[in-house]
Amino acid sequence: MGKRIGTEVSLAVAEAVKMAKVDVVSAYPITPQTHIVEELSQIVADGHLDAAFIPVESEHSAMSAAVGAAATGARVYTATSSQGLALMHEILFIASSLRLPMVMTVANRALSGPISIWNDHADIMAERDIGWVQLFVENGQEALDLTIAAFKIAEDKRVLLPVCVNMDGFILTHMIEPVELPDQELVDKFLPAFEPALKLDPQNPVTMGPVGVPEIYTEAKKQWEQALIHSKPVVEEVLNEWADIFGRKYNLIEKNGPEQAETVFVTMGSLGETLMSAVEELNEQGENVGQVRIRLWRPFPKEEFKQAIQGVKKLIVIDRALSPGAVNGPVASEIKTLLYELDDKPEVVNIIAGLGGRDVTRSDFKAMLEKAQKGELKDDYTIWGVRSHAK
Amino acid sequence: MLNKEDIKFEKITAKNLPKETLISPGHRACQGCGEILAMGMVMKAAGPNTIVANATGCMEIVTSPYPETAWRVPWLHVAFENAGAVASGIEAAVQVLHRKNKLKEKPNIIAFAGDGATADIGLQSLSGALERGHDFLYVCLDNEAYMNTGIQRSSSTPYGAMTTTSPPGIKSKGQYTWKKNVAMIAAAHNIPYVATASPAYYLDLMNKVRKALAVDGPAYIQIYSPCPTGWRSKPEQSITLAKLAVQTGAFPLYEVENGRFKITQKTKELKPIKEYLQLQRRFRHLADDDIAYIQERVQDEFERLKALAGLDA
Ligand SMILES: Cc1ncc(C[n+]2csc(CCOP(=O)(O)OP(=O)(O)O)c2C)c(N)n1
Ligand code: SF4
Repeated sequence: MGKRIGTEVSLAVAEAVKMAKVDVVSAYPITPQTHIVEELSQIVADGHLDAAFIPVESEHSAMSAAVGAAATGARVYTATSSQGLALMHEILFIASSLRLPMVMTVANRALSGPISIWNDHADIMAERDIGWVQLFVENGQEALDLTIAAFKIAEDKRVLLPVCVNMDGFILTHMIEPVELPDQELVDKFLPAFEPALKLDPQNPVTMGPVGVPEIYTEAKKQWEQALIHSKPVVEEVLNEWADIFGRKYNLIEKNGPEQAETVFVTMGSLGETLMSAVEELNEQGENVGQVRIRLWRPFPKEEFKQAIQGVKKLIVIDRALSPGAVNGPVASEIKTLLYELDDKPEVVNIIAGLGGRDVTRSDFKAMLEKAQKGELKDDYTIWGVRSHAK
Repeated sequence: MLNKEDIKFEKITAKNLPKETLISPGHRACQGCGEILAMGMVMKAAGPNTIVANATGCMEIVTSPYPETAWRVPWLHVAFENAGAVASGIEAAVQVLHRKNKLKEKPNIIAFAGDGATADIGLQSLSGALERGHDFLYVCLDNEAYMNTGIQRSSSTPYGAMTTTSPPGIKSKGQYTWKKNVAMIAAAHNIPYVATASPAYYLDLMNKVRKALAVDGPAYIQIYSPCPTGWRSKPEQSITLAKLAVQTGAFPLYEVENGRFKITQKTKELKPIKEYLQLQRRFRHLADDDIAYIQERVQDEFERLKALAGLDA
């Protein structure tokens, strides 16, 4: 089996990209993604990875070059965060509508203004509808494992979509953790060389990215949507194969706590780890509380989510992004929509927490539970921990 | 750096003009469109072993409405401002895949973009690609405005020209800035090859393309492309206009090889700019003193170019 090492999670992600034997990395630095691409450029410079590293002049170009390279038949990787992801916005839709597999790490960070380098999920929530497969990881091992698995999902002929792996900035990217590096041999077996379905090849010319006249635009969009929806079983399949080979099982929705929990917290990303220990303590204190973690955000695993919250009375959904003027935060909106069709719906309260790097601790979770039980949380959403002089 | 003698290519003459058309007839460009004409010539010179990245603009729109395509080579359109970056990605992939034996023969890589996509919104992506030294050819099809969105001014629109966003009026003479010189900006990147070209001088154009593709590294060619629709000129006069632009000095033809300037279409004396301006309704509103101003400035710029080329310097 693999080698266990202690490493910064960003370096583990770079190692995963190396193990995936990518052909092209195009990237532009932004905190807290920088360590990943710095490490990759060193790996390429040292000859440990035979790839082109394109030090582009902006994220817009990073994504554009990634599209060009993937269309030419290369295995492509990039990483970004926050303003960088926002600058890519226009091209993210084009990458998925051209059905180009590639993998991007998003080191999740707040969006300006005020400028903040710290973690929340505002960056990716503004990109919910880009048609990419979107995963959220919780710890270093998962970041490494899912980065490799992401290539396999993206390149599967039934998928052919870009995949983005979200990891909380600093909280994960800059953490030093023990991780197990898989054996290269097994990675090669799991992830064979990229065989593009279509590529820019003068021997067999194709036109990519033509004008979509009204007569075909809806159909093109429908195919795009179907491709994403149908990627779900493939994601599952790939993660099962990962478990078979590497012994680590990842589910689309992860459940923790008592089987018949009355109240359940819903989180995405690294918060789930803190929550896990809070839930444990709360259970010890006799609270019937559990947790659900969403690993696959797009396509949203509807059935799995409904399954996971069966019989639950109250959901406390934590959003790490604000959606000003909306009814709820993005995750809670999604969940409420899903629950609408159920006869036996749990009550949903929504808490916006951890914005711009604000710590969310175990005692926060306990306080949230208490307030929720007392019915002190608002119908729409509550921004948690706002300091105010108002008495 | 590369020496002139090192550039090897089969020179195109009137006798050995490539017969193959790589942009098929039946595309939807307007009659007399200089861009499609120029693009066809570029593709003839490049040949079928070519991958094209096309920016959003007239040429993308008229050649690709699904399910039809005018392209007989692999072609990719991504967005308006990123042809330079897209081509960078294609080139990087080609180099790596070739090195890894996954690609037998390296194709030519050409990015096509209008003057708006080049001089304005895409300048950064172009500059980045040139600076990084990707081995590709960037062709700016310069019709001196945003034609695809309905004739708005770009920074490549010449002084005095009427467009829908540089309209003449009591307080306006039309475009109030001088044409941005992107060929010079490209040359300032110290890339191996920069040229200006015109479909009226088609052998010169095609051989510049051949040279550009033969150099190792980025090349930039700006091609003057009359647009009867946007210039309010007669479709049958596009080539006349293209010629006059060169002969009056409005669009001089030159190349810059490894920093050395050379005027490729010698003109003993420039023809009066008026001959060129009066064939286009976009300049109709100009008064004699405006024309005199343009005349002076064109002359001035031409002298500077001559000096760069070591003539009369
Ligand atoms: C980001 C963005 N802004 C604006 C547009 C709208 N747009 C499409 S083509 C175009 C003008 C193209 O002009 P030019 O590059 O000069 O090419 P031409 O059509 O003249 O050949 C504009 C403004 C766009 N597609 N994308
Ligand atoms: S508007 Fe001008 S550039 Fe566009 S297709 Fe017509 S003639 Fe060509």
